[in-house]
Amino acid sequence: MMSGASGKRGAFWLRLPAVLWLTLFFLIPFLIVAKISLSESAVAQPPYRPVIDVSAGWTALIEALSRFSLDNYRNVFSDELLWGAYATSLRLAGLATLIALGLGLTIALPMARAPRRWQPILMMLVVLPFLTSFLIRAYAWITILKPEGLLNALLLALGLISEPLVILNTETAVVIGLVYSYLPFMVLPLYASLEKFDSSLLEAAADLGARPAQSFVLVTMPVIAPAIAAGCALVFIPSLGEFVIPDLLGGSDTLMVGRVLWNEFFANRDWPLASAMAIVLLAIVLVPIVWSQRRRAGP
Amino acid sequence: MTTMPEPAKPFGAAAPGTPVPWQGGDVRPLIRIEGVSKQFGGVTAVDDLTLDIAEREFFAMLGPSGCGKTTLLRLLAGFETPDSGRILLDGADITAVPPYLRPVNMMFQSYALFPHLSVAGNIAFGLKREGMARGLLEERVGEMVRLARLEGMEHRKPHQLSGGQRQRVALARALAKRPRVLLLDEPLAALDKKLREETQFELMDVQQRLGLTFIIVTHDQEEAMTLASRIGVMNRGRFVQVDAPRAVYEQPRSRYVAAFVGDINLLDGTVGQPGWFHLSEGGGVLAVETDGFACGTAASFAVRPEKLTLAPAGQGRGANVLAGRVVGIAYLGDLTVYRIALATGGSLRVSRANAEHSATAAFAQGDSVDVSFAAQAGLLLTD
Repeated sequence: MMSGASGKRGAFWLRLPAVLWLTLFFLIPFLIVAKISLSESAVAQPPYRPVIDVSAGWTALIEALSRFSLDNYRNVFSDELLWGAYATSLRLAGLATLIALGLGLTIALPMARAPRRWQPILMMLVVLPFLTSFLIRAYAWITILKPEGLLNALLLALGLISEPLVILNTETAVVIGLVYSYLPFMVLPLYASLEKFDSSLLEAAADLGARPAQSFVLVTMPVIAPAIAAGCALVFIPSLGEFVIPDLLGGSDTLMVGRVLWNEFFANRDWPLASAMAIVLLAIVLVPIVWSQRRRAGP
Repeated sequence: MTTMPEPAKPFGAAAPGTPVPWQGGDVRPLIRIEGVSKQFGGVTAVDDLTLDIAEREFFAMLGPSGCGKTTLLRLLAGFETPDSGRILLDGADITAVPPYLRPVNMMFQSYALFPHLSVAGNIAFGLKREGMARGLLEERVGEMVRLARLEGMEHRKPHQLSGGQRQRVALARALAKRPRVLLLDEPLAALDKKLREETQFELMDVQQRLGLTFIIVTHDQEEAMTLASRIGVMNRGRFVQVDAPRAVYEQPRSRYVAAFVGDINLLDGTVGQPGWFHLSEGGGVLAVETDGFACGTAASFAVRPEKLTLAPAGQGRGANVLAGRVVGIAYLGDLTVYRIALATGGSLRVSRANAEHSATAAFAQGDSVDVSFAAQAGLLLTD
């Protein structure tokens, strides 16, 4: 029989790799970024002040710490260009998430109801785009959406429009790109949940007087709510900080956080400001996650 | 194998003196099933079935799995549409009416409780769909909670309930809308034996108090006997016999019904001169009632184990006495079942009520015994 102590020790060893991984590749980089965000920009190598030099002793360390300030955070919230980028990101990521949820449900529902032997094939089709590079797929959308591209050619040929639509380099193109790229992350949790969904619940709902649409809203949606939440998080979070899609499809007018961050880091070499932006982005993502965790842990 | 004890009193029937609609003969049926058939991929689940069910009846569809009883129930609920035939409720054709518009509710075998809703939420679900006013709704939910003895659990979720409590929530939810007919799909299958017996009495009590029509599907003949006012024994998509429990047990019309409902001994042979039956094995002759059977008809003499009497060898008295030897004894508490190898070949099961306190086994393994029974103890079956 396993004693309690050895059981606990076993659990510790099991957790160790995860703890090490997260410490090395998340916690330590996060602390470095947080520290840089409290510094000020400088023309130097590295491009910020103060630089903590442990070998310089206590006084130098305390002196360095006293020079930390929240100026960069004040900048993030006062500069319209910067907080505007957050607003645009939130708006486009939110829109993309809603569209992905609608599309995800229309894909996952028939998938879960398809004959058993078809389901692995359908599942593979959903995952298939991952076999090509993300970058190539984003470029492909340029070919489709540009004024002389495939979509306009098709619409013109069908006589639905008389002159090419301007889609590329607009927010529409960014939303299309985001939905396309992250849709599988919505479909997979929805499918996994719907596949386990007990269809006798729908029969019970119908038996008690609910029409099919009512059954969907009153029974299916609440029962698969955790999967909806997971899918939305998996689409919303990466969409929010996305850099490649707005850069390739959004043109210069669509300023999302990812692009502004990139600009600050690499074009302006303002590492402290870019770090502060990254921390704020993290906070925006963390708030809903913590809230939903609390809710699930609660009654 | 257990032996069916004496059939339970027909609790499902109304108190003595009250007219019972399903025995009155000329009562307008609440439900009429007219020549209904249903196939699934070439397999006939329900085969040209016709049946009337009267108001306030407790009707049991009894049969082994795959006999079509659940399909018939789902046809009544509206989850399946018949390939041919009609279903009438109170004279109106409801064959094409979708389930959400039928005044019929179902209690599911899996209970199918909504996991995200509380006990009260589950019970109120159907009432909200019909737009019942808030005050009335709360009153009705309270009434159902009391009926199902779920007081104090209104706010619990299904996963916080025991199996028996879940079963009662499912019943309360199905009854909340006051359906014309309540359909019950193996409602007690998930409960342990003790709880199942208690719940059977509760179900009968509820049915009588509310004066509703219940249709239950079950594979458990004991459950059907206890609950139902009438039993329809099904085989391969058809009713092979529809009768009161006592008639199904005492006058089975086929070997299938005789063997499915309770325990029975079947002795093969041929009808001889009126009053006589020749056993095919061992050449014995039995004195039995042969009314309606022509001489020379091949048949089985069917006799229940409890209708046979055991006596020490040479002391058997009665119209028929067969000599044999005890080859097996099963003590079941309330009765003991003896397996007797007949001297003429073949074997019989005989059950004996353990009426006396601390009675020792009257017969031991290997004892020579006489099995005796009256001419009216059993009946001849040809089907």
